[in-house]
Amino acid sequence: MELPQNLKYTESHEWVKNDDNDTLSVGITFHAQKLLGDVVFLELPEVGRKVSAGESIAIIESVKAASDIYAPVDGEVVETNAELVDAPEEVNNDPYGSWMFRLRPADAKQLDSLLDAAGYAKSAGIE
Amino acid sequence: MGLRTPLHDTHVAAGAKIVDFAGWDMPLHYGSQLEEHRAVRADCGLFDVSHMRAVDLHGADAAKFLSLLLANDVAKLDTPGRALYSCMLNPSGGVIDDLITYYFTPQHYRLVVNAGTADKDIAWMRTQAEGFAVHIDERKDVALIAVQGPRAPERLAAALPETAALAQGLKPFNAAWLAAAAPAQATLVARTGYTGEDGFELMLPASSAVAVWNALVAAGGRPCGLGARDTLRLEAGMNLYGQDMDESVNPLESGLAWTVDLRNAERDFIGRRALEAAPREHALHGLLLTARGVLRAHQIVHTAHGAGLTTSGSFAPSLDGSIALARLPAAVQPGDTVEVEIRAKRLPALVVKPPFVRKGKTLVSPLPPVKE
Repeated sequence: MELPQNLKYTESHEWVKNDDNDTLSVGITFHAQKLLGDVVFLELPEVGRKVSAGESIAIIESVKAASDIYAPVDGEVVETNAELVDAPEEVNNDPYGSWMFRLRPADAKQLDSLLDAAGYAKSAGIE
Repeated sequence: MGLRTPLHDTHVAAGAKIVDFAGWDMPLHYGSQLEEHRAVRADCGLFDVSHMRAVDLHGADAAKFLSLLLANDVAKLDTPGRALYSCMLNPSGGVIDDLITYYFTPQHYRLVVNAGTADKDIAWMRTQAEGFAVHIDERKDVALIAVQGPRAPERLAAALPETAALAQGLKPFNAAWLAAAAPAQATLVARTGYTGEDGFELMLPASSAVAVWNALVAAGGRPCGLGARDTLRLEAGMNLYGQDMDESVNPLESGLAWTVDLRNAERDFIGRRALEAAPREHALHGLLLTARGVLRAHQIVHTAHGAGLTTSGSFAPSLDGSIALARLPAAVQPGDTVEVEIRAKRLPALVVKPPFVRKGKTLVSPLPPVKE
């Protein structure tokens, strides 16, 4: 599957979308959901939580195992996707449409340090 | 590269995700573990379990040897093809392995043991067989295919018409041979399984495994991996060796008292004296998570009578909730509410008597409130 070119990525398989209203939406990549298998449970952070880049702030459980989801940048959680908690299988069906939480970054420039599509493909060993 | 079954290339060609299991390269799933699980509950799934080891015991002392080797009593096996589930214990009463014994003749039995313990099991059997007129023959030339689900009988009959009459007449835990050469070489069709559904396990020459598998797929059987096998067996309340019991625990504390036959006081099987002397401090129970989340093995369980530990846990696709097996203090009873520690949180769970699901029907209640 083609990696969306308009997203940024982390080595830990999160995708990051720069929203219009100064927030970042975060989900996991197609490659990550494929590794996890059928997703059955999500535990998302509290709105208002201050997070640091690289900090584990959410849990995703597949039938197989539990995995951490990490904050891609420093910031504050401003919204979580309650609909996705009710339908976690959407992470498998539509990984790039399945945002999990939105962050207001402490420093918008941190976004530039994340991977672009080509960089992620290389890091994840895709292609 | 690990060990490979005769069906390995067939799995890879079908898109299986291959993982290591006890040194074997085995299919975890072929795309969706959940869909495979549901196929077995609703229709028919196929499992390559050729990594499990068939072991033939021949000799005048075969029955006598097994009556000492196993905690269940092979004297119950009175007709050819009858099968018996049993633990093989060490002298302390710990479980070396759990296995199925098939009775062929008074001088010939077949055991099917777990892949991860096969070498250890056989070494133990050989040590114990000293002085008995018994020959232990590892059958690495035998492939095993499980055909499981409510429509397994018709799928099997369509794939292998020669088995139809024989398979339909089989009662659970009975097996029969397809007419052929000697019983040791013939295909054995057993009405056994590890899913809680009707179905069969076929033991056949490794050389015919691919043809039989392809015929079963063509007849509508869905290839299923070890992932679905694990969620199906857990819903069926069946133990997994190495998780729910091992050499450090005895069968009485592992939900397996029904497999320990103490009726014949003369039968001094290995581990018996330790079992009879052991205090029963724990029991294996089922847990149903009544909050959102997923139970996993090795989570701490807080009860009114002290702490216990989950031994297996998973999302249960048939329940759309999460279940576990847990070794809990002996005073805990089904119906009790307990708390399971999951990532530093304590979530409520209900103690239930397994199985959770049998023959497509949910046996536990209330259903967990996963979809609020």
